[in-house]
Amino acid sequence: MHKENQQLIFEMSSPGRIGYSLSELDVPEKKLEDLIPEGYIREEEPELPEVSELDIMRHYTALSKRNHGVDSGFYPLGSCTMKYNPKINENVARYNGFAHIHPLQDESSVQGALELMHDLQEHLVEITGMDEVTLQPAAGAHGEWTGLMMIRAFHESKGDVKRTKVIVPDSAHGTNPASATVAGFETVTVKSNENGLVDIEDLKKVVGPDTAALMLTNPNTLGLFEENIIEMAEIVHGAGGKLYYDGANLNAVLSKARPGDMGFDVVHLNLHKTFTGPHGGGGPGSGPVGVKADLASFLPKPVLTKQNDAYVFDYDRPQSIGRVKPYYGNFGINVRAYTYIRSMGPDGLKAVTENAVLNANYMMRRLAEYYDLPYDRHCKHEFVLSGRRQKKLGVRTLDIAKRLLDFGYHPPTIYFPLNVEECIMIEPTETESKETLDAFIDAMIQIARETEENPEVVQEAPHTTVIGRLDETTAARKPILRYYKA
Amino acid sequence: MKHRYLPLTEKDKKAMLEAVGVSTVDELFSDIPESVRFNREYNIKAAKSEPMLMKELARMAGKNADTKTYSSFLGAGVYDHYTPVIADHVISRSEFYTAYTPYQPEISQGELQAIFEFQTMICELTGMEVANSSMYDGGTALGEAAMLSAGQTKKKKILISAAVHPEAREVVKTYAKGQYIEVVEVPHKDGITDTEKLQSLADEDVAAVIVQYPNFFGRIEPMKEIETVVHSQKALFVVSSNPLALGALTPPGKFGADIVVGDAQPFGIPAAFGGPHCGYFAVTSKLMRKIPGRLVGQTKDDQGRRGFVLTLQAREQHIRRDKATSNICSNQALNALAASVAMTALGKKGVREMAIANIQKAGYAKKIFKEAGFNIVFEGPCFNEFVVKMDAPVKSINQELLSKGYIGGYDLGRDYPELDRHMLVAVTELRTKEEIDMFVKELRDCHA
Repeated sequence: MHKENQQLIFEMSSPGRIGYSLSELDVPEKKLEDLIPEGYIREEEPELPEVSELDIMRHYTALSKRNHGVDSGFYPLGSCTMKYNPKINENVARYNGFAHIHPLQDESSVQGALELMHDLQEHLVEITGMDEVTLQPAAGAHGEWTGLMMIRAFHESKGDVKRTKVIVPDSAHGTNPASATVAGFETVTVKSNENGLVDIEDLKKVVGPDTAALMLTNPNTLGLFEENIIEMAEIVHGAGGKLYYDGANLNAVLSKARPGDMGFDVVHLNLHKTFTGPHGGGGPGSGPVGVKADLASFLPKPVLTKQNDAYVFDYDRPQSIGRVKPYYGNFGINVRAYTYIRSMGPDGLKAVTENAVLNANYMMRRLAEYYDLPYDRHCKHEFVLSGRRQKKLGVRTLDIAKRLLDFGYHPPTIYFPLNVEECIMIEPTETESKETLDAFIDAMIQIARETEENPEVVQEAPHTTVIGRLDETTAARKPILRYYKA
Repeated sequence: MKHRYLPLTEKDKKAMLEAVGVSTVDELFSDIPESVRFNREYNIKAAKSEPMLMKELARMAGKNADTKTYSSFLGAGVYDHYTPVIADHVISRSEFYTAYTPYQPEISQGELQAIFEFQTMICELTGMEVANSSMYDGGTALGEAAMLSAGQTKKKKILISAAVHPEAREVVKTYAKGQYIEVVEVPHKDGITDTEKLQSLADEDVAAVIVQYPNFFGRIEPMKEIETVVHSQKALFVVSSNPLALGALTPPGKFGADIVVGDAQPFGIPAAFGGPHCGYFAVTSKLMRKIPGRLVGQTKDDQGRRGFVLTLQAREQHIRRDKATSNICSNQALNALAASVAMTALGKKGVREMAIANIQKAGYAKKIFKEAGFNIVFEGPCFNEFVVKMDAPVKSINQELLSKGYIGGYDLGRDYPELDRHMLVAVTELRTKEEIDMFVKELRDCHA
């Protein structure tokens, strides 16, 4: 099935067909030329499709069948926390009083929305161990940049303008150095040691009077807890720098350790990961930022506060870094995250992390016999394997990933972190059952066997998908980025 | 602890712990130093069952005045438009909304093709050659456009019209601060960019000139004149546009824009208290390799079948790290999908019809305001918004309107001191003649 080209919606177009329902104009119509100046009335029509409503539904339903989501099957994509997206979240976010309110309405007419935002902030303050939280950043990377801008403003407010460098581990997400650049910093890399943790001696070397901050995920991208975190915090703080927590891996430590208690000064969270705002095929996300008290005056404005019994926005924030986004953040995602937190409660969130970590350790131990395990210690919510044993037999990690497609799985993250050869990074999450994990493990074991006995079947995978491996080189060399009508 | 989202049973856990070789789950956390271990439960609200939580949240939602119940004349960047119901049906398919970024093209063709179609539609509406897969929103897209311009021209000054959305201008300033870019505002004159001032401010140090079309006051900027000034200084012409308006107005690409950004919220995306919406980013082919964010390209598989992949990724943070053109990772893919469905439903004819309906309704409303004795300031052509002078503070008028079932227009005094007691009124195609007539009547009563 689905072996033919899937038509583009433009190729289904037929002049004269419509898919919309607009009301008849009920006001006296004027000539457009009397309302719009000469030269400003569009002459060429945009080539949008002309299709019926059923055409549209069939088209997008067909596309959806060519897409794999968490609801389609196991999705152990490391670092992305592809857990179940609760359906109650979707219903609540669509309530008229949440979906259909305008951000610039009088505050008195949106008190319910502000109450939810305020209560979410309070929950995130407790969960992170920070003092204040802003919900304004739209996604994780946006939160990173926001946090770094606040750190820069903090240093500058002290007249300390020589702190131009941000330290990131070699295992960091690519967004960390990119966000540092956008916030006007240079990036310095700190090495990992043979245990997969930040090399303390190297950290001491790179830290100095020019250090603005160290960015860290904990557990790190190898799924390992940075157990020297206290010492690292002392080193960075001792040099006058700030500690930034990338919350991408928070699912590993809910109720177990809080960034605020580990010494972090700024935290961003990815509500679309740990707190189930769905990933949406790449977004929208939500990236709230929490800070310690000494950074609070730099929060983006406005800041939501409670005065007497009313929720109000405080715009009078002279030290604020300014706005990072129009309005107040991705409210719709924040509603979903809030609904999730309220569905779980304190004991539920604790169980989330315990089950996520148990699932990961179980998979790691069962697979260790068949794939190289570069770091043999308890992992947190995710772990990395190396495909170097398979590579010697001519099978690359990419091939293993593609072969997993034949079993109906989304492959793990591959070739990341960069410091592990032929890396395979697996994050099962807590919402998967033991049966699901066992079936995936069986598939991985089978692929390991195939690699030894019949490598072609892995090298030539996938065999069952709607399309085979695509020519990415030509796509980049001769980019076709849009459709043109023939 | 039993929970519907947590499938591990006690029996499962026991077997799994055994396989791991530990006796308790706590042992798996032994690497967390005692001094940072959190040894209590979060002090947060207890869990609620599904029905009880839905009830509580419905009560919270019920405290808000929503545009399905109230009649809204508020726009200022976020609009109450016709949303084809199928948009929500499509984005509710969980194959789309529970997927991650389409890094594995073989099982992500649906999302990839949908984005490719979105890119095409944005190009068509804006008159540009390349569009990306989306940005967070129009405001941050404008911030990224300022950064791209500075990088491309190696200049550190941006001119931005005071008739650009005030919150977008603030966002641009924050991004600019990060990059040590100077932002200079070009004042407006009678609600459009003062081209004489622009002429005097535009010099060879300027990386880009940013205008909004139609602008924050709903007016149509003199694009030809502005373009001449911008390009005579070799600066980039950056235009922020409501894409719906471009169904009826000459697209910025025709006026020589180098970068066109904006928000696709008018296409099938609910106001949602300001987000998530859907920024778009379109450029000339010359700037293709500088565009921020994800791009989908067409290619073939080993059997010659057409397929789609994320492409030109060497621009992006996960490859280039600190040398990337932007730090953006997550975008607004699901909202771009909703916008695609809405643009598809409207199609070639509907997008024009809907855009013109906005122009007609706003034109009618202006006439009724004038007949009721109101002063329309900045008289001239507009898309779906215009400015009306009030005799009392807009905030108090709006509070009174709320009690009568209306969400009034935007209080321009918040951002423009000289426009205290001026209301920016938005009239979309959804407002009926009767609503417009009644709204003007209520406002007149507020004045009396």
